[in-house]
Amino acid sequence: MQLNVPDRDYMHSGHVGCPGCGAAVAMKFVLRALGNKTIMVLPACCWSIIAGPYPQSTLQIPLIHSAFETGGAMASGVRAALDVKGDKETCVVTWAGDGGTFDIGFQALSGAVERNEDFIYFCYDNEAYMNTGIQRSSSTPYGAWTTTTPGRDWKRMRKKNIVEALVAHRIPYAATASIAYPEDLLRKVSKARSIKGSRFLHIFASCPTGWRIPSEISVKIARMAVQTNIFPLYEVENGRKYTINFMPKGYLVKEYFKLQGRFKHLSESDLDQIQAMVEEDWELLLRKAGVPLQG
Amino acid sequence: MAKRIGMEVSIAAAEAVALADVDVIAAYPITPQTHIVEHLSELVANGHLDAEFIPVESEHSAMSCCVGSAAAGARTFTSTSSQGYALMSEICYIAAGLRLPIVMLTANRALSAPISIWNDHADMMMSRDTGWIQTVAENGQEVIDLVFHAFRVAEDQRVLLPVIVNLDGFILSHMIEPMILLDKEEVDRYLPPYRPKLRLDPKEPITMGPVGMPEVYTESKVAHDEALKASRAVITEAWKEFGDLFGRYYHPVETYKTEDAETILITMGSISETAMTAVDAMRADGRSVGLARIRLWRPFPTEELIAAVKGARTLAVMDRALTLNGVCGPVCAELKSALYDRDLHPYLQNYIVGLGGRDVTVQNFMEMSDGVVEAAERGAPMGYEIINVRE
Repeated sequence: MQLNVPDRDYMHSGHVGCPGCGAAVAMKFVLRALGNKTIMVLPACCWSIIAGPYPQSTLQIPLIHSAFETGGAMASGVRAALDVKGDKETCVVTWAGDGGTFDIGFQALSGAVERNEDFIYFCYDNEAYMNTGIQRSSSTPYGAWTTTTPGRDWKRMRKKNIVEALVAHRIPYAATASIAYPEDLLRKVSKARSIKGSRFLHIFASCPTGWRIPSEISVKIARMAVQTNIFPLYEVENGRKYTINFMPKGYLVKEYFKLQGRFKHLSESDLDQIQAMVEEDWELLLRKAGVPLQG
Repeated sequence: MAKRIGMEVSIAAAEAVALADVDVIAAYPITPQTHIVEHLSELVANGHLDAEFIPVESEHSAMSCCVGSAAAGARTFTSTSSQGYALMSEICYIAAGLRLPIVMLTANRALSAPISIWNDHADMMMSRDTGWIQTVAENGQEVIDLVFHAFRVAEDQRVLLPVIVNLDGFILSHMIEPMILLDKEEVDRYLPPYRPKLRLDPKEPITMGPVGMPEVYTESKVAHDEALKASRAVITEAWKEFGDLFGRYYHPVETYKTEDAETILITMGSISETAMTAVDAMRADGRSVGLARIRLWRPFPTEELIAAVKGARTLAVMDRALTLNGVCGPVCAELKSALYDRDLHPYLQNYIVGLGGRDVTVQNFMEMSDGVVEAAERGAPMGYEIINVRE
């Protein structure tokens, strides 16, 4: 397939990520679609490290590292400064992990999109605080082991549905994307870049270190998350118009779960329960998108 | 031409910020800072000020917004108080560490609990070591003059540090006072346009604030400390030039009848004006008393303060904040350290005054002044005392 995006990379070769890091793949693709007329705000997350310590940087765009919970606010400030100078061309983006988005940065994100600040907020989601050593976040899925949901206290709360929370703000554009579907990801970044106001991209980015998987199946796992309906690909315009971008073929969630060490404690009945939860969420999404239920 | 105005100090402060042609304002409401940012949003809304006003959802986001704005090269302002200041303090360190010339007005207020919306200096002291330049105003005229000075110093290429102008909440922020406000042409003469050498710019990409490994972190702190130290010369130079242009001169430590004084009171902030009245009354009564007022809190004016007080036998040091169970209050601690370094041993007492909006009267100053002399004669141990405590 021919991609209608420049193939110029804005990452230098070499970074400080773990082998198989989905977040590094996500950054590479996103920067291709964004281009270099971009200023990035980077709140604390894995990428604070991946980009490299002073005096090195793997990123070729202007970048400000910042505190954990500042993604929405700091980007608002950068945007305001550019607006005052009459620079409408430069795209302001925030690049944050799930902890900085779902948890500690949620207030600043909500504030920024309520003001409909003109920026793109990217959340690369590896489903826990991976940089600090695999602690649970509100993005950690039901059933997962982390270092703060250890042993029999594995996480028994659902993953927060961050896209729906953003959709509730009626922002111009909110979408999910995955490192395993680069065409879809690049198209969504390009589309987001062409829209004014607050835009939100939720990118599924696997983490071999934290998920206890071999690094070579990083992309495969991300693909399975989509194919099992655990992480559906869809986009929502103006808080109302839902479009589902990938209709899965009905793979069972246990195929996805059994490859990952973080889920190895789950019983068959746990997996059946999770299967039912995933189906319930999927049907809810189909209804919102106005797609008739199958079967 | 500068004009005489009679105005609430908060409103005049906002007018001064507007005259400084600020580009971006991000703020969250907190008593008693509110009138400052309300008036600025009004000036933006009615077209008198061409700036972006961002009504953020918290003080933490206010300072985060300011960091983003200043990093992208805009002249940036915010204002806060107390709990809001506490909330944003994480980012205050980042603003200074990134050497971003943000200007902030702090309407000083006590910290909870219990809840108090009234004035003291607990918030100023909590953020003492953020690495910002901090000046302190005693009256409305000083507030507006210090605002122009703040932008001028912050943006000086020899400095590049954020600046806080402290003004006492309510006691000063909500007073209606006569002031002289510069006009636009005068401000422009004093404050050149802000042209940052480094900013977030796709044409010349830079990284700001990456991880500093142990090999570089200390050096980065040394650079910050040296920058703050070097800012002293620019701060006084900018005050000198302000005085030469507009006739009002400011100094890191302002003295009042200290030359021959046997007892010197040391104050900071709006209580200084009451203290001056007390000094006059005591002088009229034949007592040898003077007053040293600290205008520059950071960088601390060690030499100037020593020069002001070294002839005195007894010192009464006022702190409007409590260092619970420390040796003494924060102002007194600085002074004591400086005296020790110079092998000077005047008798001194530290008085904790005016917490949570409690009045500090002329009578109080006279009692503290007499009290320190009496304590010296008695040979009482030097320590701190909280005055005006109800039984």
